[in-house]
Amino acid sequence: MGTVVDKGTAVVTLPADTEILITREFDAPRHLVYRAWTTPELIKRWWGGDRGECTSAEVDLRVGGRWRYVMVANGGFEVAFHGEYTEVVPDERLASTEVYEGMPDAAALNTLTLTETGGRTTMKLLVEHSCQEHRDAHIAAGMEAGMQESMDYLEDAARSLA
Amino acid sequence: MARAATTADAFNAVAEPARRQILDLLAAGERPVNDLVALLGVAQPQMSKHLAVLRQVGLVEVRGIGRQRWYRLNGYPLKQIHDWVTQFERSWEASFDRLDAVLAELKQAELKQAELKQAALGEDEQVPIERADEENGDGNSGR
Repeated sequence: MGTVVDKGTAVVTLPADTEILITREFDAPRHLVYRAWTTPELIKRWWGGDRGECTSAEVDLRVGGRWRYVMVANGGFEVAFHGEYTEVVPDERLASTEVYEGMPDAAALNTLTLTETGGRTTMKLLVEHSCQEHRDAHIAAGMEAGMQESMDYLEDAARSLA
Repeated sequence: MARAATTADAFNAVAEPARRQILDLLAAGERPVNDLVALLGVAQPQMSKHLAVLRQVGLVEVRGIGRQRWYRLNGYPLKQIHDWVTQFERSWEASFDRLDAVLAELKQAELKQAELKQAALGEDEQVPIERADEENGDGNSGR
């Protein structure tokens, strides 16, 4: 039973001034990655990571269908994202627009591609913004969240010492 | 700690393709301006503007040798970009760790389902045989 799970690591690159590419390998066949990526009950369990609790995930999985995720961030405030699917190829490819509702002018196009080799899946998520400023704001937001997490851990650690 | 959208940071400085080409050339070693102009086919005034931006954010340093101005690369400000992307990576990684756990569960469930299906198939195969036995049998065997 003691299977060693070869955990992947996310790699982020900036292929162009307006793009972000996130690559990650998963120890599962791609139809399961696709399922976890598109099923509301499952999305709620992973999306947002340590940044908060995903309280709602709506998915209308068809071209022209809409999606919307809501998260209550650790600070207590609510953040929401929504968009529309532009391409749906089950288990392989999923493209959609994405709008952060706190910055509604900055819509991005997300393209998820899944390729499977020997039961493992390589996920590529390409985020295309309309201008560099929005791309940079996107990364800055993620970076601040990452720093906030570190601060939270630091605070927990400090509290446990008190 | 959002980045200011001015040319005064390394990120914007390297966003311009011509400036990246200059950095690529300087990565191989110090060069005089004339060299850069000739190699990149950029007009002198344009080249001066690019070099000024790169100097402003500290990506290149300059010194005069004779009548020539020589430029060399300073990679340190690029670390800022590296750190920026690394934080972003970390924030995604927290989600992906959770996704790993969800996937492990889905895999287990699928495996279990396959086993049950296998077992059910096994029973299905036996059922008609048992029925046939009952029909053909003498009726009182318990088997």
